Amino acid sequence: MHRFANPARFMRLSTAILPWCAGACALSLALGLYFALFIAPPDYQQGEAVRIMFVHVPAAMMATSVYAVMAAASAVALIWRHPLADIAAQSAAPIGAGFTLVCLVTGSLWGEPMWGTWWVWDARLTSVLVLFFLYLGYLALVNAFDEPVRGARAGAILALVGIVNLPIIKFSVEWWNTLHQPASIIRLGGPTIDASMLWPLFVMVLGFVLLFVTTLLLRMRTALLAAKVRALRLAEVERMTHAPAPVSS
Amino acid sequence: MSALLCLVRRDLRLALRQGGDAAMVVGFFVLAVILFPFGVGPEPQLLTRIATGVIWVTALLAALLSLERLFQADWEDGSLEALALMPLPLEAQVLAKCLAHWLVTGLPLILVAPLLALLLRLDTAGYPVLVVGMALGTPSLSLIGAVGAALSLGARRGGVLLSLLVLPLYIPVLIFGVAAVEAAITGLGARPHLLLLGALLAAALPLTPLAAAAALRQALE
Repeated sequence: MHRFANPARFMRLSTAILPWCAGACALSLALGLYFALFIAPPDYQQGEAVRIMFVHVPAAMMATSVYAVMAAASAVALIWRHPLADIAAQSAAPIGAGFTLVCLVTGSLWGEPMWGTWWVWDARLTSVLVLFFLYLGYLALVNAFDEPVRGARAGAILALVGIVNLPIIKFSVEWWNTLHQPASIIRLGGPTIDASMLWPLFVMVLGFVLLFVTTLLLRMRTALLAAKVRALRLAEVERMTHAPAPVSS
Repeated sequence: MSALLCLVRRDLRLALRQGGDAAMVVGFFVLAVILFPFGVGPEPQLLTRIATGVIWVTALLAALLSLERLFQADWEDGSLEALALMPLPLEAQVLAKCLAHWLVTGLPLILVAPLLALLLRLDTAGYPVLVVGMALGTPSLSLIGAVGAALSLGARRGGVLLSLLVLPLYIPVLIFGVAAVEAAITGLGARPHLLLLGALLAAALPLTPLAAAAALRQALE
């Protein structure tokens, strides 16, 4: 792991990987959307509206997985002071917040025709909303300090504190009577979705994962470059203020 | 143990010397609750319907008010660094501070809550469960709030940031606290909800000092 702690090596690696990631992401999203919108059959109960699932479910999976990645990166940052781990966590946070927002909005759009309501305060929706606010709180905390290092460390602790929400989200549909349906993919006894819908769903999940990886690499590269620009600017200012004083009469 | 009690006594003495904290928190609690009958109208059935939610939510917000100053004063005058150097672990010191904070802010909230329940015409079956629920819930609020207070030490706009950090983590306490009172009123039995509140407290007691102490160490670097 410490082999990858060198930012220059990370930049070289990501330069090599990024085009392939982006290409694979575009391909799987295109393929997944084609399968989802045209090949997958309509549901016997929900009709064509079931196709929202192919965006809602991958977004929901990413919302929780990105938080797990963020928390893992935060743990690595706190324990090993890995220089890239802080950057990874901070870069992942807005992406995770975006996925959570997409999950909540598509869920609302799906709930209106299916349940007859845009929102309901059941355990699953409430805990995902709490997850969204945890993301926002993390972003607020990291940007609330004048010293970036202090913000990064504080954010790392907050990310680890919020990890308790993830099992609550996952098991909320089993621990409570919820309007949201129980687990149909990751459950004991295997998925209960028909293969004709399951495979397009898997392709969409793959596309979303690749989207996350691509965006994360882009954001991390940007963060490293921004740090470099900041360092150069500070060096410039130092150079200027230590220049010989102007002649005054 | 004696060092911990010494720390609790110190914090209590400081809080009582300043005097304002408990009165302010209780004052906010009462004021915020009596705003609701002005806002929604004095109709008795409506007030009874919203009573338990209003009392719990404003108790949460009142507990938030005094959290910012939990570590602030010690951090600003340097005594937090001295405390960190003590042989008593920082986690135990966080527990001591939370205990003192709860005695000064949480306990008055619990004592005033039945009065406010009277003002909002809460069903009489709900009073004992309200008090017990708040007795189980307000220590969790102090503990979770300590994590937020430690994280936002020295941040810009620390008070608002603290609310943003801590309120999502308060939601489980709120949910079970209100559910307990509602269950007692409808006769379904508040025991499961009170047990869950106790479980939240039992989980918060060991875990939150760990997080808060880690955050304090970051602040002191």
